This record gives sequence, C-alpha cells and structure tokens, in this order.
Amino acid sequence: MGAPDDEAEAGTSARGRRAGEVARARLVGIILPIAVFAGAIGLWEFIVRVNGIEPYVLPAPSVVIATLAKDWGTLSLSLLVTLRTMAIALVLATVGGVLIAVIFAQSRLIERSLYPFAVILQVTPIVAIAPLLLVYLNSGTAILVCAFIVAFFPILSNTTLGLASTDPNLRNLFKLYGAGPWRELVLLRAPSALPYFLGGLRIAGGLALIGAVVAEIAAGSAGQGSGLAYRIVESGYRLNIPRMFAALLLISLTGILVYAVLALVSHLLLRRWHESALDR
Amino acid sequence: MSSSALPLSRSSRPPGDRALLDAEEAKIEAAPLVTLAGVSKKYQNGVAALAGLDLCVRTGDFLSLLGPSGCGKSTALRLIAGLEPATSGTIEWAGGQASGRPSIGFVFQDPTLMPWASVESNVFLPLRLEGWSFRTASERIEEALALVGLPDFRKAMPRELSGGMKMRVSIARALVTRPSLLLMDEPFAALDEITRFKLNDDLMRLKQEMNCTVIFVTHSIYESAYLSTRIAVMAARPGRIIAEIGLDAALPRKEHFRRESAYLDACARAADALHGAMDAKDHM
Ligand SMILES: Nc1ncnc2c1ncn2[C@@H]1O[C@H](COP(=O)(O)OP(=O)(O)O)[C@@H](O)[C@H]1O
Ligand SMILES: [Mg+2]
Repeated sequence: MGAPDDEAEAGTSARGRRAGEVARARLVGIILPIAVFAGAIGLWEFIVRVNGIEPYVLPAPSVVIATLAKDWGTLSLSLLVTLRTMAIALVLATVGGVLIAVIFAQSRLIERSLYPFAVILQVTPIVAIAPLLLVYLNSGTAILVCAFIVAFFPILSNTTLGLASTDPNLRNLFKLYGAGPWRELVLLRAPSALPYFLGGLRIAGGLALIGAVVAEIAAGSAGQGSGLAYRIVESGYRLNIPRMFAALLLISLTGILVYAVLALVSHLLLRRWHESALDR
Repeated sequence: MSSSALPLSRSSRPPGDRALLDAEEAKIEAAPLVTLAGVSKKYQNGVAALAGLDLCVRTGDFLSLLGPSGCGKSTALRLIAGLEPATSGTIEWAGGQASGRPSIGFVFQDPTLMPWASVESNVFLPLRLEGWSFRTASERIEEALALVGLPDFRKAMPRELSGGMKMRVSIARALVTRPSLLLMDEPFAALDEITRFKLNDDLMRLKQEMNCTVIFVTHSIYESAYLSTRIAVMAARPGRIIAEIGLDAALPRKEHFRRESAYLDACARAADALHGAMDAKDHM
C-alpha cells in the first residue's frame, strides 16, 4: 500500500530536482558570458604584460582605463558632442520618418513617387555622401545631416510597413461604423504600427551613431568639431594609441547605452499587449 | 429569468405561451427587412464571386447562408453590410434604398479584437466611433458584456482570454449598439466543438433577448439546422442560392432538438442540395 506514496514522493523530489536544475541553468546563463568576457580582457592584459608590448603598439586594458580617467576632461566633452548629434539626428529622423510614412499611407501614388528618393539615400554609402555635404555645409551641420540620413530610412520603411499591415477586418469594422480616415489613423493604424515603428527606432539608434562617427572621421582635421570620432583621428595623428582606445571604448559604450534605452522604451510601450514584449 | 430583467430586450412579454406567441409574431412580423435581387459581384481580378443572387431576409429571421468555402458567403455578407458595392443587381431595405439600412453588428470568423486595448475599450469601439463618451457608454458596455456572460472581464486584455471568450467579447462589441441586424461570418468555425455548442445555445438566447434579425454564415450543415429558422444553401462558381429550407421550431432550441425529425429532415435536405450541386459540376 506504500507504493502510491513512494511514487508521489519520487515525483516531488524529481520536480524539486528539476526546479533546481532550471535555476542552476539560469545562473550559468548569466555567469558564463560575464566570465568569458572578463577572461578575454584578462588574457589581453596578460599577453601585453608578458610580452612587454609598448603602449603605442597595443595598450593594456588597465592603461586604457587610466587614460580614460586622465583625459576625462577632453573626452567627456567629445562624448557630449557625439551624444547631442545622435539625439538630434534621431529626433529629426523619427519626426520626419513618421510624418512621411503617414503621408505614404494616405496614397499609394505619393508613396510610389517618393519612395525612390528614400531608397537612393539609403543605398548610397554614407561615407560617399559625407565629403559632398562637408563642401556645402559647415562640419557640425554636415555631421548631423549624415546621422539623420542613415537613421531616417529604417523608421520610414518600418512605419510604412506597420501602417499598411493593419488587420483588414478591423478596418472593415471602422468602415461599418462610419469612421473617417483620421480616426482610423489615430485609433487603429497608429497602434497597429507601433511595434514596427519601435523596431525601426532601435535600428535607427545604432545607425545614427554610425552616421555621426563616419561623418566626423570624414570631416577629420578639417572639422573644428570635437566629437569622439574626431578624437580618434586626432589621437591617430599624434600616435596616442591609448587615447584612441579610450575614445573607442566610449563610442562602444554609447552604442550599448542607446540600444538599451530604446529597448527599454519599446518594452515599456509594448509590455501590455505585444507578443515580442511578453514575459516568458 | 423574466425578460424585464434583461436590459437590452426590446419586447417584454408574459412568460407563458412563449412558443405560441413567437409563432404568431413570426407571422405578423414577416415583413421583408432586406431583399437582394439579381445581385452579382465581380472582383477586380475577374473572379465572379456572386451571380444572380436572390434572397429575401425577413425581420426576425435567423437565416443561415450555408455553402462550401469559396462559394461567396462572405462576399454576400459584405455586400449586405455595405462594405462593398454590388457589380449589378439591387439590395433593397425595408425603408427604401441603401439609406434605409438599419443599425448593423458584424462578427468575423476571427475575434479581430484590438490587442492593445482592454476588453471594455474593445467593446466601447463602435459607440466611440458613433461619438459617445466613455462615461455615457459605460452602462451599455456593462450590459453587452453581461449579455455574453463576461461581466467580470472589463479590464482584461485580449491575450488573457481563451478563444471562446475572445469570440464572446467580439459578439459583445457587435451588440453594444443594439443593432437590429446581426451579421456573423463563420463566427464559431475556429472553435472546438464543445465551446461551439455552448456558444450556439447562447446565441439563440441572445437573439431572442435582443429581438434582432441574424444572418449567419456557416459551412456546417448541423450548425445551420440547429440554429436557423431558414437555411439558404449556396453553390460555388458562380455563387448563388440553390435551395431554401425553413425550420418552424421556435428559438431558443435545446439540445434535444438535434434528435427531432424537423432537424434531421433539414440536415438531409441541405446535404442533398449541396451534393446535387457538386455532382452537377462533376466536382474535382
Ligand atoms: N477581395 C477579393 N478580391 C478578389 N477575389 C476575392 C476577394 N474576396 C473573395 N474573393 C474570391 O471570391 C470568391 C468567394 O469568396 P468568399 O466570399 O470569401 O467565399 P466564402 O466566404 O464562401 O468562403 C472566392 O473565389 C474568393 O477567392
Ligand atoms: Mg468566408
């Protein structure tokens, strides 16, 4: 008669064991990437020290951090310049991209006529456009325009797609109750397009940084601009390799920060309903 | 359950002799609500979805459009709702041409709820589009949700509901304007059979409480025979009506109706009509 109890007990302990395994797997999933990353940095430091590599060839991570602290005055100002360029470019690209996507949604004909311009801007490498813009505009504006151009397209194309992929039966419902195009846009198409728009925004954030960096490098010493990429070029001329690495580190961190902020925004806006944001 | 306790019911009858009264009323009220004469629909890609469709829907009918998929059932419903124009033929309403169209509720095969909005916002939508404020509509929303048996789910999000519950919300949305004509396009086709049976019974009860006319699209012979007072059997290519079958038994019907001869007879006649159309076409 003890058999069912034994079975039940075995079941509970098996379940307990499985829960433990899941928790352990999750812990490993967090710790392992961190350990690998720290290991790689440590290996770098180790190789540089053991081989006595000079800092102007390859600076050790500790030297890069020290340089970052020493040059923080200059570098932090450059960081602010780059962040500002990016932020303005992203805001302009968002406003412009959404506005034009809404216009596209009103008429196929307008979309067909204007889309080629957007595509040409997109497929032409920004490095190739930058020198031309530097001829026409002062370097600060040219850099801003470059960042804007690359950030604009993903927002435009994603929002256009989102506005066009509204559930046709919901549109029928709006038609049945006599809703005009404006109400349909506000109450139906805009919310349906939101996940698409946010996807575009996340891509645009990264691209705005790339656009700004590329344009700053193209402007090079000619520019009186002082963004992070300009610091890299400048340090290159002076063979100040640790400082190049320090600026590079800040650019990477900026990219990560932008991505994290936009991912958070998107999570907060979608968490109540969209599949991609559901807690699993 | 006296009918006066149900806020949406239009007529309050004494509870006794209900079947008799229904039958009498059906005779008196049998005025045409909408008449389709020689209606054809050709889509832009050249598909002739409907050709020469004649149909008269009477006030108080529970009419099923029954036919295989692709025979133009949805198209007929969309034409009646005014979502698309007919290529030729006339659709005449009791009150004259298209202007006499009564208030309509539409239920699609999928619940088509707005996933970003709560249940109450979804049900509010038709009233919102008609210019109501949320405050004034609140009572109506409550009534509609009570009617479909979901009074406690106002704040829920669509993704938190089962398929059957989503469909109930969709029906509440269609009922919130108190329409006199309810159009339903295979509303229960995607649900499991047990849920479907439950919703079938609830729908008949709803129809009586709302005192509305229903046009119900289905490809299930059994569903159409169980629910309808009239079945219009359709055939494909081109879409048209090949048989009409009347069922006199009063609504709402109960499970035992599935064993009555009227039900079995209607099923047999509908099946014969459908098979006849297939054989004539040398189908596939
Ligand atoms: N918007 C449309 N454009 C072109 N053809 C359509 C469209 N809607 C339906 N059809 C065609 O019309 C026919 C009838 O379709 P439908 O009314 O949806 O049938 P059912 O609802 O009975 O399955 C089908 O052959 C279908 O392919
Ligand atoms: Mg259909």
